[in-house]
Amino acid sequence: MRRTLVFASRNTKEILRDIFTLIFGILFPLVLLVLLSAINASIPKEASMTLFNIKNLVPGVAVFGLSFISLFTATIVSKDRCTSFILRLFTSPLKPYQYIIGYTLPLIPISLMQTLVCYIASFFMGLEFTVSIIPAILVNLPTALLYIAMGLLCGTIFNDKMVGGVCGALLTNLSAWLSSTWFDISLIGGTFEKIANLLPFIHAVKAGRYALMGNYSEILPELLWVFGYAFVIAVVAVVLFNYKMKQDK
Amino acid sequence: MSAIKTNNLTKKYKDKTVVNALNLDIKKGEIYALLGVNGAGKSTTIKMLSCLIKPTSGDAEVMGKSIITDENSVKQILSVSPQETSVAPNLTVRENLEFIAGVFGFSKAESREKATKMIEDFDMGDIEKNRAKTLSGGWQRRLSIAMALISKPQVIFLDEPTLGLDVLARRELWKHISKLKGKITIILTTHYLEEAEALSDRIGIMAGGVLKAEGTASELKEKAGTADFEEAFVRIAGVEV
Repeated sequence: MRRTLVFASRNTKEILRDIFTLIFGILFPLVLLVLLSAINASIPKEASMTLFNIKNLVPGVAVFGLSFISLFTATIVSKDRCTSFILRLFTSPLKPYQYIIGYTLPLIPISLMQTLVCYIASFFMGLEFTVSIIPAILVNLPTALLYIAMGLLCGTIFNDKMVGGVCGALLTNLSAWLSSTWFDISLIGGTFEKIANLLPFIHAVKAGRYALMGNYSEILPELLWVFGYAFVIAVVAVVLFNYKMKQDK
Repeated sequence: MSAIKTNNLTKKYKDKTVVNALNLDIKKGEIYALLGVNGAGKSTTIKMLSCLIKPTSGDAEVMGKSIITDENSVKQILSVSPQETSVAPNLTVRENLEFIAGVFGFSKAESREKATKMIEDFDMGDIEKNRAKTLSGGWQRRLSIAMALISKPQVIFLDEPTLGLDVLARRELWKHISKLKGKITIILTTHYLEEAEALSDRIGIMAGGVLKAEGTASELKEKAGTADFEEAFVRIAGVEV
């Protein structure tokens, strides 16, 4: 266990000491919250547009912020894989499962911290403190696992130059466009809506919104999508990681 | 006593034999340089000996432990300093050292103590709080070797330890490697022939996956009938120039 924790501690330091973690992980979601709240303030009440109300907005931005967790995960995994640092580790007594846990562990508190910061910031933008904020934060944990799994997968498949494009651009955009955070997907409808509903992002945001509204009975069906995707992607990532470990040697 | 003894160690990739029935006997405390042109089979040999890949046939014993049946024990007693810089860039010098000690199972206190010793041994006191990515190539290599040594391995593989370093940094690193002579078994791969000549007790020359010759630098020169080691290497490795 100590070996895993030592590896996890190293990964935590590597991630947190990267300035991009702070910029993309914390500052960018906050800037979005402020900007979209400002837009919301300018929308006349007669328009009856509630999408950017802080209660709807913060669960979406919190999920969007987690998409950067994939980027952090993928970056550290691929950087280790693409340098001979991993060769040094391969000759140590670390076991494959210890790598996976060691990469995953640091990102759980980082994800939680990111979500907390989003919610704390939203208090200054009019969000009332209610007990339902606690489940709203907690339902983001499975979503965090989903994004960590996606990061593990991307970091295993792509090199350190490619993960920036795949996780930093493609995945964050997919999370933004298909989550009903920036616009109401039901207004577009058709195939776009069907695709969005088949992917986990919109369900992750809905789970957060239901939790924040206190509609607890609605959370589980949404979270099942998130759990399902997280489980499948994590299994694929672990299998591929083990395979690539052997190949990279 | 043998530190490493290989018995017809062979690695094949499909029809291509990369290492062919290699028989090495490296003594405890010896610095043994493994030379060869690119594709000679050195790296594959090192990878098999450090349990990174499995041999197709044959076996090897590291300090009496089989690389096939006792992989975990072998991993506990050997260490590798890879060719490229292999340090954690955002960790300080001390943190890199303590990290590797921790990965090898040492407690926090032991890791700290061992890191202090390595920092002293490798004269890194002034840079111990610097992040690894801010160090020059020479210092990174020095740190890399210190990281390989912190677990107190009985056998260490140094893969091109001075590649890309300037003359001063190289000589400085040679000084540190020489200090280890007799204390630990070192297998050194290098393309710098003068490095092999200056540092090693014995040299093995591989070509086409086969050990062509081994001995001291003087013995190899005598064997090749030349006074120049580079010429001896060219003749033994069968390189056409």
